[in-house]
Amino acid sequence: MQYAILCYNDENAVASWTKEEDDACMARLAKVQGDMAAKGKMGPVARLLPTTAATTLRKSATGTMVIDGPFAETKEQFLGFYVVEADTLDEAIAFAKDLAVANPGIGAYELRPVSLFFPHTIAAGSGAT
Amino acid sequence: MTDNAWIGAALAAARPQAVSALLRYFRQLDTAEEAFQEACLRAIRTWPEKGPPRDPTAWLIFVGRNSGVDAIRKTRRNVALPPEDLLSDLDDTEADMAERLDGEHYRDDILRLLFICCHPDLPANQQIALALRIVAGVPTAQIARAFLVRETAMEQRITRAKARVAANDTPFDPPDAVARQERLGTVAIMLYLVFNEGYSRGHADPAAAQLCDEAIRLTRLLLQLFPAEPEIMGLCALMLLQHSRSPARTDANGQIVLLDAQDRTLWSRPMIAEGLALVDKAVRHGTPGSYQVQAAIAAQHARALRAEGTDWAAIDRLYQILEVIQPSPVITLNRAVAVSKSRGPAAALALIAPLADQLDNYFHFHGVRGGLLQQLGNATAARTAFNRAIALANSPAEAAHIRTHLDALSAPALPDPAAIAK
Repeated sequence: MQYAILCYNDENAVASWTKEEDDACMARLAKVQGDMAAKGKMGPVARLLPTTAATTLRKSATGTMVIDGPFAETKEQFLGFYVVEADTLDEAIAFAKDLAVANPGIGAYELRPVSLFFPHTIAAGSGAT
Repeated sequence: MTDNAWIGAALAAARPQAVSALLRYFRQLDTAEEAFQEACLRAIRTWPEKGPPRDPTAWLIFVGRNSGVDAIRKTRRNVALPPEDLLSDLDDTEADMAERLDGEHYRDDILRLLFICCHPDLPANQQIALALRIVAGVPTAQIARAFLVRETAMEQRITRAKARVAANDTPFDPPDAVARQERLGTVAIMLYLVFNEGYSRGHADPAAAQLCDEAIRLTRLLLQLFPAEPEIMGLCALMLLQHSRSPARTDANGQIVLLDAQDRTLWSRPMIAEGLALVDKAVRHGTPGSYQVQAAIAAQHARALRAEGTDWAAIDRLYQILEVIQPSPVITLNRAVAVSKSRGPAAALALIAPLADQLDNYFHFHGVRGGLLQQLGNATAARTAFNRAIALANSPAEAAHIRTHLDALSAPALPDPAAIAK
């Protein structure tokens, strides 16, 4: 079964890491991903930019409305996600635990089974590295 | 990252909200800061054992309030004590505190804290130092390094600035819509000053470069509080798009690399993505402003994967809008660079000719003028302009950059292919 691992944390705390701290954290997370990839179980990974850059499209009975900012104002923000293949929930939890250890501080990981998955690829030369 | 480093990051993130909420409570900057310090000390003592609280900011405000009350109680014995139930059990009240501290208040609290740093009696560099120290929590030693002064001198500067703002009578009632907009505008200017302080010297000085990160952090915070303000989106985008080029702005010898010659693969893609998204968001509001247009200009550069791909005509049009919003000879000078690329150096030279008096003491005026004259093959006049620019240079790197142009002029005279093509 595929799981989406949705990462939540205080984006202001994450944004106040120094570049060295951020790099070190990313290196630890890359290792966790590498272990999963070696088993052929690692799907797409995304780290999201701050919620201040977000736009929300809200649909109501009368139509759609574009709103500045994230969908929900919360203490912890949705900062990124992983898609992994896990045979059991325990395996997905073990992966999320590894992420939690690699990631300093507080935060939360929501493990959500995936219903549909289209691994489309975006043409090179655009977007973040 | 160790636990302590993480706690440091959490405290830094909570600081603007916590100090500004404590300021509303105590009405005194020193007391608010001391209360926050005390709360931080307790956090460092208790969080590693008990684990971090669910809402670190609310925890810090709550503990800070209590410790500040303790301090006031010690100095003034006859002050009425707060209800004991507020002080008794932290765990029970934390969730409740979080609810009550949430929402509307935060916004005006933080805006007020930033606004009082912009006291009109304070020179710009003191406003910046104060905001960095009080709001962003940057250690005094680090601010001193960024401003190239001794720590003791910076300490004094901040103390004096604090005394000035202590006498400030900024009301604590929520401002009305007009006053809120005015505060926002004043604070935006100050934040851009912080950024520019870092950007203008950051290529040579990592301590100064850090000011750019702090300015962006504070502007993102402002945008969290005012998510639908297009000018704040523009300001944030402008900073991000400029800062995205930092890794490419100097060569291995510390010399400035001009935009045209920069290795664009070194530009920070995430910063560009964030900046471009913010420009697009702002444009949707249909209320152009100075920061938005400047960000849109920076966005034109960011979108060009190679210098040759830059849409200079679009940049020229954006500068024309900026000239209307914010008439200034410096903006016309910048427009001239775009004009020289889209319509040739002669048109650009004609555009800046009327600025000669106003910008006679401006480094960039003579640098640009020299460059245009050089392109037109007028080596003598170009040399005079470059020499004037060197005399007015703000940094050794700027002077060195102009000298490379002079060297090119002194080289065996080869006709400039661009001049021939015209």
